[in-house]
Amino acid sequence: MTSRRPRMAAALGAGVLAALVLSGCVANDPQAEGSAALSVDSSGTECAVSESTAPSGNVVFTVSNSGDAVTEFYLLADDGLRIVGEVENIGPGIERDLVVQARPGDYFTVCKPGMLGAGVGKTAFTVTDSGKDFELGGDLEAQVDAANANYSSYVKDQVENLVTGTESFAAAYTAGDDDLARSLYAPTRVFWERIETVAESFGDLDPSMDLREADLEEGQDWTGWHAIEKDLWPAEAEAGFTAYTPEKRAALAERLVSDTDSLYASVQDLEFTLDQQANGAIGLLDEVATGKVTGEEEFWSHTDHWDFQANIDGASVLYAGIRDILLEKDEELAAQLDEEFAELQSLLDAQRVGDGFALYTELSDDEIRAFSDQVNALGEPLSRLTGVLVL
Amino acid sequence: MTNDTRTDDRRSDDTTAERSGLSRRGLFGLVGAGVVGGAVGFGIDRVITPEASASGAAAVYPFYGEHQAGIVTPAQDRLHFAAFDVGAIGREELAELLADWSYAANRMTAGLGAGEFGAASGPYDSPPDDTGEALDLPPAGLTITFGFGPTLFDDRFGLASKRPAALIDLPHFPGDALVDGLVGGDLCIQACSDDPQVAVHAIRNLSRIAFGRASLRWSQLGFGRTSSTTRAQATPRNLFGFKDGTANLRAEDTAKVDSQVWVADDGGWMAGGSYLVSRKIRMTIETWDRASLREQERVVGRTKGEGAPLSGGTEFTEPDFALAGRGDAPLIDEAAHVRLAHPGSNGGAAMLRRGYNFVDGNDELGRLNAGLFFICFQSDPREQFVPIQLKLARNDAMNEYLRHVGSGIFAVPAGASAGRPIGAGLFD
Repeated sequence: MTSRRPRMAAALGAGVLAALVLSGCVANDPQAEGSAALSVDSSGTECAVSESTAPSGNVVFTVSNSGDAVTEFYLLADDGLRIVGEVENIGPGIERDLVVQARPGDYFTVCKPGMLGAGVGKTAFTVTDSGKDFELGGDLEAQVDAANANYSSYVKDQVENLVTGTESFAAAYTAGDDDLARSLYAPTRVFWERIETVAESFGDLDPSMDLREADLEEGQDWTGWHAIEKDLWPAEAEAGFTAYTPEKRAALAERLVSDTDSLYASVQDLEFTLDQQANGAIGLLDEVATGKVTGEEEFWSHTDHWDFQANIDGASVLYAGIRDILLEKDEELAAQLDEEFAELQSLLDAQRVGDGFALYTELSDDEIRAFSDQVNALGEPLSRLTGVLVL
Repeated sequence: MTNDTRTDDRRSDDTTAERSGLSRRGLFGLVGAGVVGGAVGFGIDRVITPEASASGAAAVYPFYGEHQAGIVTPAQDRLHFAAFDVGAIGREELAELLADWSYAANRMTAGLGAGEFGAASGPYDSPPDDTGEALDLPPAGLTITFGFGPTLFDDRFGLASKRPAALIDLPHFPGDALVDGLVGGDLCIQACSDDPQVAVHAIRNLSRIAFGRASLRWSQLGFGRTSSTTRAQATPRNLFGFKDGTANLRAEDTAKVDSQVWVADDGGWMAGGSYLVSRKIRMTIETWDRASLREQERVVGRTKGEGAPLSGGTEFTEPDFALAGRGDAPLIDEAAHVRLAHPGSNGGAAMLRRGYNFVDGNDELGRLNAGLFFICFQSDPREQFVPIQLKLARNDAMNEYLRHVGSGIFAVPAGASAGRPIGAGLFD
């Protein structure tokens, strides 16, 4: 662990930082924000914005729905069509913020009570030049499209590898070649763990393939990777555990192979929005924080390091895909994420043994603690990624 | 001496257990909610409104009554909960323990010391019969509530035939990560007060009284109530930062309380009692705090500020689970906590929740060992807690941020009265 600089900056919004720098002094009023704050009253027929103009930079529209239908609020570009920012699904009586990073120019505001039609109260809105310097160059749409296409390919590639790996693993397990099956277990699961947040989005496949024993309810059949894991590492099982019969082995193996085929079919047409990609990276790190760093995922085989690395692989791929977009929006955050990803990777590299890793049970308490601290160090800035990208 | 601070004065002692119990019992019928103010024995009892009790250190809730206090009592701010294992004693000694506990509980809830002499008087060569840290402190709304776990009804005390059918062994729920040392218990005591020292004092003295007969199995401190049990109380927040218990059963909902909380008159020795289920729920607040506001509100199904259902309105607006937004997706997610826990999703079943936030220091990974010590009361856990928790354990989006590590179920008998200690019906 070399990185020990204060992290308070990460907790502050970029707008707040900018304001402090510009004014050159510490704000006396803790409520004071660096953002322009406007309110919007969306009734059934009106869309009343408190001001018709705001300085460029972060602009916060606090939208209150005073009507009796679900409403939406849009900030449209000067053509009155292109959406610059939107907030949707605001129930009656509910208040929600739209935060946008607005460049100087002409815009329109409009509400859409009932979520239908062209909306009501479309009004011109002007963003004046505050002198704040921010660049949003490049073709964002093309970048998002490219990132989406790249990630879709990555997911498909990983699942293809999972399919072939699972077939070999299942064959060894069914044939009773336990040594081979054990050696294939962790390296095959890597392909699952890299795309875990995607795989988990298929509500019926995940419980069938990746349920831990503690997740079962009474009387529920246990299938999937971890059911087989327990049979392959029976030394860790409870007293009285009996090895599965060849029939049960064959059934479990067959089910795993067919579930994996279903997963393969399911991911062929997936598309990912920008926020889904950012949230995917955050989700993978959460998986590490709650299951891997505690050594609970691989309860019998203790191969958590493989899963750990695979989750980080997947998060890194997602991050790399959208890093160019981030660089244009928040270079500092990108630099911090680069550093924290590298730091976490160096901790993982220290546990490498041959082609694989040390067993998780071989870690000292201090080493586990260091992992946990670094997951938090990466997790905090990573959690800001979506907000920054969709701003 | 003011009339709202505790004392070890013998004169006060004379006014306590027996005589005033009766008189306060009479008052109980008068005020209904069972809230009686002023120190016992001074003749001028007055009704304390729930608002006053929230901050009123002088609030006194009588130990004697039709039902035990600490259930529909306005939830106090602090908790000390303890589960006990009964040692190698017989049936009569168990009855004696319950009588001793009742005696001390009756005194302590009135603001007196645990024993007749108190902390600072009595035989000079004997240790005081009260530990003393609550001297000079007001009762602070102390309630002491006793319960019996399923294991009390094994073959040790001849109580097997008395085990109520509703006092089941809780099933394993999906995702349970129970720690042996935080589960079960023959007996439980819930001590609640607006002063943490008063609550701890109660458990400390009751466990001292039990030495040699019963010993602590596990215990839990709670520092912020997470439910309101009366309409006058504002809804507090749990450690996720959301209001918790908006739709809770309240003391004022008398018909619902009668049907959903109290065991009916035909319930044998449990008539007028209730069933307590406790769950120690660790919250992985570090990952929760990294979740976007969108995700947090999706998981809960309510807004974080106001606590309004995402379908609209204000905090106490009934959720509209059918109301759809963009793409015809419901505004309240299919897996939102508020949808799955709602009585409408559970055949009308509800529970009176009385949980507390906890932070037990930090774990070995430097994360706050924080969460919710969930307590609920109901007339039959087979119809209430179990099916509701099964539904939540299967589908609740919140599970990603929760881990159930402790669990207990206890039969909470009806209230005591002068000459009839807690659980007397067990030995009739």
